[in-house]
Amino acid sequence: MADKTLDAKGLNCPLPILRTKKMLNEVPAGGTLEVLATDPGSVADMASFCRTTGNELMESTKDGDVFRFLIKHTA
Amino acid sequence: MTEGNGTVTNGAPNQKSMTIIVTKGTLDWAYPPFILATTAAAMGVNTTMFFTFYGLPLLLKKLDLKISPLGNPAMKMPMMGMHMAMPNWVATIPGVDSGATGMMKDMIKKKGVASIDELRDMALEAEVKMIACQMTMDLFEYKKEDMIEGMTLGGAATYLEQALKSDVNLFV
Repeated sequence: MADKTLDAKGLNCPLPILRTKKMLNEVPAGGTLEVLATDPGSVADMASFCRTTGNELMESTKDGDVFRFLIKHTA
Repeated sequence: MTEGNGTVTNGAPNQKSMTIIVTKGTLDWAYPPFILATTAAAMGVNTTMFFTFYGLPLLLKKLDLKISPLGNPAMKMPMMGMHMAMPNWVATIPGVDSGATGMMKDMIKKKGVASIDELRDMALEAEVKMIACQMTMDLFEYKKEDMIEGMTLGGAATYLEQALKSDVNLFV
């Protein structure tokens, strides 16, 4: 189980990333954030966001129309 | 940090920085600079936006953004399962601009795209620095009290000082 879950379904670029950044601030260092999104662009964007900010993208999966990301707050 | 006198200082020494010159203030063209600025800020980039000429009204307290299909053959709106561009002679008819603007705003809402008001608020919250071009203020007779709080006034040298030490400089 992730420490926090962000429901970004229905939101378009750049909102899933902006909300992710905001919610990561509420996750303690070493904790995890689960993000659910329907924006297909969020797959590439979440990976870029994590690489650039130094957070760890532990999982990037798809279930039907919903993309699920698990991010470890390491930065 | 932006100081009251318009000078721009850097954040942490290793922090990446970006500047964007914003020259267009229509509903559609307002998106690229605000999307990039908010996203850059979220990615830890020290971001500065310089609003000049037709980009300056994007700093007004009350935004009233419009689009015009006139002279814009690339603007093809999804309609009845296809994409339709508007011939110029149709686009000149009174009311077409406000109709097209209404359609665009509906689409923006329906597709989960943020409004410019929202993006601007998020940019301010993320401490994106916004500089209004003093010359444009004078030229088009805008008053400082009509503009949002949190912006500062500056000119070409103010912009260039920041641009010269930035990693990414964009002109939109």
